[in-house]
Amino acid sequence: MKTHVVVFPGSNCDRDVAVAIEKIIGSLPKMVWHKDTSIDQSDLIVVPGGFSYGDYLRCGAMASTSPIMKSVIENAIKGVPVLGICNGFQILIESGLLQGALMRNSSLSFICRDVIIKTTNSKSIFTNKSKISKMPIAHNEGNFFASDDQIKKMEDNEQIAFQYCNENGDINDESNPNGSIKNIAGILNQNKNVLGMMPHPERAAENIHGCEDGKTIFESILN
Amino acid sequence: MTSSKWQFQTDQTLVESHGLKFDEFEKIVEGLGREPNLTELGIFSAMWNEHCSYKSSKFWLKKLPTSGDRVVQGPGENAGVIDIDDGDVAVFKMESHNHPSFLEPYQGAATGVGGILRDVFTMGARPVANLNALRFGEPNHPKTKHLLSGVVSGIGGYGNCIGVPTVGGEVNFHPSYNGNILVNAMTVGIAKRDKIFYSAAAGIGNPVVYVGSKTGRDGIHGATMASAEFDEDSEEKKPTVQVGDPFTEKLLLEACLELMKEEAIIAIQDMGAAGLTSSSIEMASKGNVGLEINLSKVPMRAQNMSAYELMLSESQERMLMVLDPSKETMAREIFQKWDLEFEVIGRVTDTKKLILIMNGKEEASIPINILVEDAPEYQRDYIIEEPSPIKEYLPEDFDQSEIIPDLLTMIAHPDLCSRKWIWEQYDHMVMADTVVRPGSDAAVVRVHGSNKGLAISTDCSPVYCKHNPYEGGKHAVVETWRNLVASGALPIAITDCMNFGNPEKPEIMGQFVECIRGMGDACSKLNYPVVSGNVSLYNETNGEGIYPTPAIGGVGLIKDLSNVKTISLKGEGNYLCIVGKSNNHLGNSKYMTIIQKKEDGGTPAINLDEELANGHFVLELINKQLVMSSHDVGEGGILIAVAEMCIAGNLGLNIDEDKEFSHRYFFGENQSRYLIEIKQENFEQIKQLAKSKNISFEKLGEVNQENIRINKSNIIKVSELKHYYERGISEI
Repeated sequence: MKTHVVVFPGSNCDRDVAVAIEKIIGSLPKMVWHKDTSIDQSDLIVVPGGFSYGDYLRCGAMASTSPIMKSVIENAIKGVPVLGICNGFQILIESGLLQGALMRNSSLSFICRDVIIKTTNSKSIFTNKSKISKMPIAHNEGNFFASDDQIKKMEDNEQIAFQYCNENGDINDESNPNGSIKNIAGILNQNKNVLGMMPHPERAAENIHGCEDGKTIFESILN
Repeated sequence: MTSSKWQFQTDQTLVESHGLKFDEFEKIVEGLGREPNLTELGIFSAMWNEHCSYKSSKFWLKKLPTSGDRVVQGPGENAGVIDIDDGDVAVFKMESHNHPSFLEPYQGAATGVGGILRDVFTMGARPVANLNALRFGEPNHPKTKHLLSGVVSGIGGYGNCIGVPTVGGEVNFHPSYNGNILVNAMTVGIAKRDKIFYSAAAGIGNPVVYVGSKTGRDGIHGATMASAEFDEDSEEKKPTVQVGDPFTEKLLLEACLELMKEEAIIAIQDMGAAGLTSSSIEMASKGNVGLEINLSKVPMRAQNMSAYELMLSESQERMLMVLDPSKETMAREIFQKWDLEFEVIGRVTDTKKLILIMNGKEEASIPINILVEDAPEYQRDYIIEEPSPIKEYLPEDFDQSEIIPDLLTMIAHPDLCSRKWIWEQYDHMVMADTVVRPGSDAAVVRVHGSNKGLAISTDCSPVYCKHNPYEGGKHAVVETWRNLVASGALPIAITDCMNFGNPEKPEIMGQFVECIRGMGDACSKLNYPVVSGNVSLYNETNGEGIYPTPAIGGVGLIKDLSNVKTISLKGEGNYLCIVGKSNNHLGNSKYMTIIQKKEDGGTPAINLDEELANGHFVLELINKQLVMSSHDVGEGGILIAVAEMCIAGNLGLNIDEDKEFSHRYFFGENQSRYLIEIKQENFEQIKQLAKSKNISFEKLGEVNQENIRINKSNIIKVSELKHYYERGISEI
């Protein structure tokens, strides 16, 4: 399986996700510099977390105009699986591959801790192995928002991938870490080959992380 | 006011405003054979202030033990280096950013983190962990909330963005910091032993290269400001605080590490305090060479900057390197790839002078040795005050029926409560190697790609230091040592951050001298040398000094990560046992300061022989896989330690009823003790082993499901305790 991880100036989870991919999928991904212009033949493109361009202007906004994004978008349109994690999710939204907006956390502060998420659509290539998972979040701008119309369309088309919940799978205000509308933690595009998510599966991918639920995302792609 | 002995052309007030004393100026004139011009005066001011020259502290710091089997590089470089097996080394240092953080908490703390990160990656190490030691004024002081939230978001803002996890730290509150908070930041990095980079310039004619951000007018005289006391007008010094850009630092980190893979860098030094001045002089001095710098070539952010401003700017995210000339093009390409400045600004010379040229005109010419070797060094007068007397308290001195209510008050107090509100604002998991997250005795990070880890802890007890600086110095060292041991690590070495008041006051100098003596004794006994450090003096506002605060950062090695221990209780029915004697010392404990609201009763003495023996005993049990969880008994004594273990593990404890039902037993803070959780069936074996080694070992109680039970009328549910514990800091 051929995988690619895009590296922007300021990406800082690129190595982490590469390590997880190598462990789970079995081969090291190719790291693609943001100034490169093409990705040929990929089975998975990951847009990793971090602070691309220092989060200046607006999270993900500058990275979305990097030369490599043209190729990421073309691949996504062709149906190649594209996974955006945290800042990667913000970049995919800014590039138009995903809908909605990620605003500042309702607490107005950075949050780093474990959350529990429920897989809302368990039929996509990314989510066919997960039900209720524990994974860390670490972000300042993860408060997902979309208009009522957009939400309705996303629900009808089963584009909501993950929602924050409690240990029993109940989706409520107490289990919502950042104020996201409908507790949304991750969404898919219309064709379900592009996933953006705020939690970090690569940080819940081996024994020492204290939880290995993040592996399911990559195992699902392997499946 | 001009003094009658002033016989120089240079204006005396100008000299004084540069923080230089009359005899120091005389020394400059004598060394140069003439009076300095303004640029040179600025350079001397920057090099000879307390922050850069260590002029009051050097004599005493030399007394600390700095060598050991695993020490690769002791104090004197950008950071200390220790061997952690397999050709790997850990590179670490702690540094203060106190004055700027009080003036502008977000940027002050952020650039403190940025500076210490640079110290570590300058040496060729990839930073893998950030920690901190923070001290604020009273929780209800009008400035505390603002300063605390600013500092925490500044630390997070920088560390989160650059992608180095902030894995631990400590924070305390005390009125002595009302006008002078402490922000001490520590970074630990990992490198290969044969790939460490140093700062000694070499190779006459080699290019001196400036990389990183452009130079602006920010932070001019920062180091001089940090070497003076605060008064009512200190707010006006805000412009001396630097502004950080963690994004640029991330690029600089990656570009430097990329270049370091090649054999191109001969010497490298970050531009920290006193910017281009101290970095260039440091490199020349270490290499025993001269440097000629063309200041017109320095990348500038502002227009019409003078030589004086360029030399004293503390703009962040900059580095100075001496390169192998044949690698210049390749190096330039790397920095261009990362969109960073790369400019050859000078050459190494054999003049042993720092010569500055700007627009074709010589702006400064100073022999390096005058700046460095001839820098003033003082043996300041000191008075060692009598330590506060030790008092013995009896069970009947305090109302025993209040033990549980007192426990709740203490565990909810800002000094003891959960720090979750703080560390949830720090990305403590990026790099995916965090094994033990914040909230345990020590943080543990894996050495990437291996099964070994580093345990790291920061600690200090200023109240103990104030009342007995010698024992307090020992405490600070030993507390980190114990934290590492409790986590299953072999403690290796420390970095220190010496925060004190005005050294020109003999009683403050006396505190410094005694703390150093205590630290030195502890380090020697525990084979736990000092490999790097920093001194911050003049922590005073309107003549009131802070409590002596020698913050210590300790690093230990865990050879096999399956031996990592945390504080969380693991299973019902297990025994919780105490290693070490309980002598009921209640003086200056958290019970006294929080509940009785007074500092009284003296600092407990540490028997270093017992400390060493108890620690080795605990490590032996951990290595024999006999320990389920462990925790050192620190602030708040046994009952607070039990509460923390219960809350972390979501379990309770039935305390044996043979214990003395008293405040002094449950909240006493005598030292060298650990709580360890063991399986019942191993109790006798461990007891015998302890006996054979003459180590005090007793069962405290048995783990239960949900409450801490002292006796039938003193029971508290762990869930209720947790509620008090977690209310904590967010309510300040």
